[in-house]
Amino acid sequence: MKARLAAVRRLLREFTGEARWDDYLARCAREGVEPATRREFERHRADQVAHAPMARCC
Amino acid sequence: MSTLTAPPPGRLRTILVWGTVALVGAVCWSVLALARGEEVSALWILFAALSSYAIAYRFYSRFIARRVLKLDATRATPAERLDNGVDYEVTDRRVLFGHHFAAIAGAGPLVGPVLAAQMGYLPGTIWIIVGVIMAGAVQDMVVMFFSMRRDGKSLGQMVRDEIGVVGGTAALIAVFAIMIIILAVLSLVVVNALAESPWGVFSIGLTIPIALFMGFYLRYLRPGRVMEVTAIGVAMLLLAIVGGGYVDQLGLTDALTLSKEHLVIGLVIYGFVASILPVWMLLTPRDYLSTFMKIGVIALLAVGLVIAAPVLQADAVSSFATDGDGPVFAGKLFPFVFITIACGALSGFHALIASGTTPKMVAKEPQVRMIGYGGMLMESFVAISALIAAVVIDQGLYYAMNAPAGATGGTVEGAAQFVSTLGFTISPDTLSAAAAAIEEETLVSRTGGAPTLAFGLSQVFSDAFGGGLQAFWYHFAIMFEALFILTAVDAGTRVGRFMLQDTIGNVWPKFGDVSWRPAAWTASAITVGLWGYILYVGVTDPLGGINQLFPLFGIANQLLAAIALTLCVTLFLKHGWLKWVWVPGIPLAWDLVVTMTASYQKIFSDNPAIGYFAQASRFREARDAGELLAPAADDAAMGQIITNSTTNGVLQSVFALLVIVIVANAVLIWVRAIRAGSLPTTEVPHTPSKIVAPADFIATAEEKRELARWEAERDAERREPAGSGR
Repeated sequence: MKARLAAVRRLLREFTGEARWDDYLARCAREGVEPATRREFERHRADQVAHAPMARCC
Repeated sequence: MSTLTAPPPGRLRTILVWGTVALVGAVCWSVLALARGEEVSALWILFAALSSYAIAYRFYSRFIARRVLKLDATRATPAERLDNGVDYEVTDRRVLFGHHFAAIAGAGPLVGPVLAAQMGYLPGTIWIIVGVIMAGAVQDMVVMFFSMRRDGKSLGQMVRDEIGVVGGTAALIAVFAIMIIILAVLSLVVVNALAESPWGVFSIGLTIPIALFMGFYLRYLRPGRVMEVTAIGVAMLLLAIVGGGYVDQLGLTDALTLSKEHLVIGLVIYGFVASILPVWMLLTPRDYLSTFMKIGVIALLAVGLVIAAPVLQADAVSSFATDGDGPVFAGKLFPFVFITIACGALSGFHALIASGTTPKMVAKEPQVRMIGYGGMLMESFVAISALIAAVVIDQGLYYAMNAPAGATGGTVEGAAQFVSTLGFTISPDTLSAAAAAIEEETLVSRTGGAPTLAFGLSQVFSDAFGGGLQAFWYHFAIMFEALFILTAVDAGTRVGRFMLQDTIGNVWPKFGDVSWRPAAWTASAITVGLWGYILYVGVTDPLGGINQLFPLFGIANQLLAAIALTLCVTLFLKHGWLKWVWVPGIPLAWDLVVTMTASYQKIFSDNPAIGYFAQASRFREARDAGELLAPAADDAAMGQIITNSTTNGVLQSVFALLVIVIVANAVLIWVRAIRAGSLPTTEVPHTPSKIVAPADFIATAEEKRELARWEAERDAERREPAGSGR
């Protein structure tokens, strides 16, 4: 049950894009690198989004 | 290999389950086909749709996946090969399904079926269901597949690479022009829904500060907390809808009662500002809201319909279907019902999402089936729900709402009078009471589809959930439609700007730099100016903008589908799949027959109600003779009708010509490909895939074991990194 809830939470976070932060933290921990702050990380991501057209349909 | 022994138990269960689904479908369809002049529940439509979708998904899409496209799980997708964490990224299939659905679904499938309800409930139901199964979902899936095999190339690029420069250039122009029309017509729907509606203006207007607040929250207060801020945003949104009910007490009624012309100016300014502001400020947060509302409302709708189980009020097939003289849009069932429904059955616009954005994120090839085909089935379900909402309201009210103001005079008496000439009855008092129930000034000639849908939904929701909240539900529905449309307008203007910058950048490289302000501002202004002009034409058209422009929108969208399907047929032949070419070939042939007939009628028909040029010359002759023709009230209005009809006619001709150029160019390639057996394409060669991911919504037991084994292996590798670095 607990594992299932965690999986749903993970899926929701993937849907909103918040999981990228989780993945980034995990990668930093694996590689022994000091992670950037959340603010810097999100700003970097927002800059990437700004250069891609967002596709939305009728 | 046939044997006489009993099938194994698993197989028997499959046969039983699918036999039952088929039976339910057959019963529902029979009821819909045979019931005449009696009370028919809308649930028959709902379940006919659901069982047909299930069967089509299980059998037809599987056939396309396995036999036709031969989706290959051993082949690495672009997401796996080119993963850069930005646009190429391996994404969970369920998450991608949600993203893809949020990208393709918008106001189109909500509005089209409402207008098409003029023909009765049966033609719309049949086309939405058959169309999606045979055409719409096939197009989305096949385009996604071909784009995925080409590193996520866009539709325009693929047409240029696989068909030729002439076709490619025509496709580029067509895509841009069609997008302008779509933005204009969608904006027109919003304008018509908000004009003279202070409640609507209040709540939609508040979405801008709400989105800005969310943007700043995510940027400065709590970066990255998307779920949290979306929950806050949705709560504020609901408060904004409730708050709209108090505009009178707040003394804002006069300030927020806006004319259509003022709304156009507001929308154009908004569109321009939104497309040049940093995306984090407005676009991204608004998109979170609209995605949440999209998914939430669809779930609510399905539940509401089942609980309320409304009874169909419309005829199965109305007289307008055969006579072609309906007040909502002119023309007979063929071809105009197919044009009007547009997005819910087959939408060319989806080809732009299915190429480019989504295929760069697919984890495993076989998932194209659930995302492409499955996503479109879901969109079709939205269309069916919208159709139901329009055919369960009193039909007198339906026509009073959807007839142009020129016909009803904009008064309840005029509307009652006009509706009676159509053979329906509704009293002026009933019309006033219906408007009062949702706290709107009037419901007469509230064209565009959005108010009708909102009224239908408010009736369904207040029946289903009780509490006498019809006014709240009406404005709730208006809010989400407007939210979808404004998101599409924001994003569409930005896409248009990028396309323009990209195209001009071929000649003047500096202009192509998306972060160079002067270029960004000019390109945005041009895009906004173009759709703003057409929007203005629609709003001021004495004949009724929706009546005039919606066919142009529908034809444009279906022509875009023709371009996408032409590309699919071309690639089938180039790959040497002549045997299977009917899969995209039948929808293409049908779509070309429909769009070319509709285009021909819109251009050459001598019936002024249908042909744009016939209409222009009828008013021109009258003006030359010094006469005034209804609904024009003065000479200026006469001139306006002449200009508008001519503009629409020219646009219509240009679209049709561009598509003819593309198809003609493609036919040359078809002949060469058939003669040669096959031709080289730009498909990326097979690279072995290393990742493991299930193919369908629900993972099979075998897939789960495979996944667990792979994950364990990967974790072990991570704990003992081989060699240096990552």
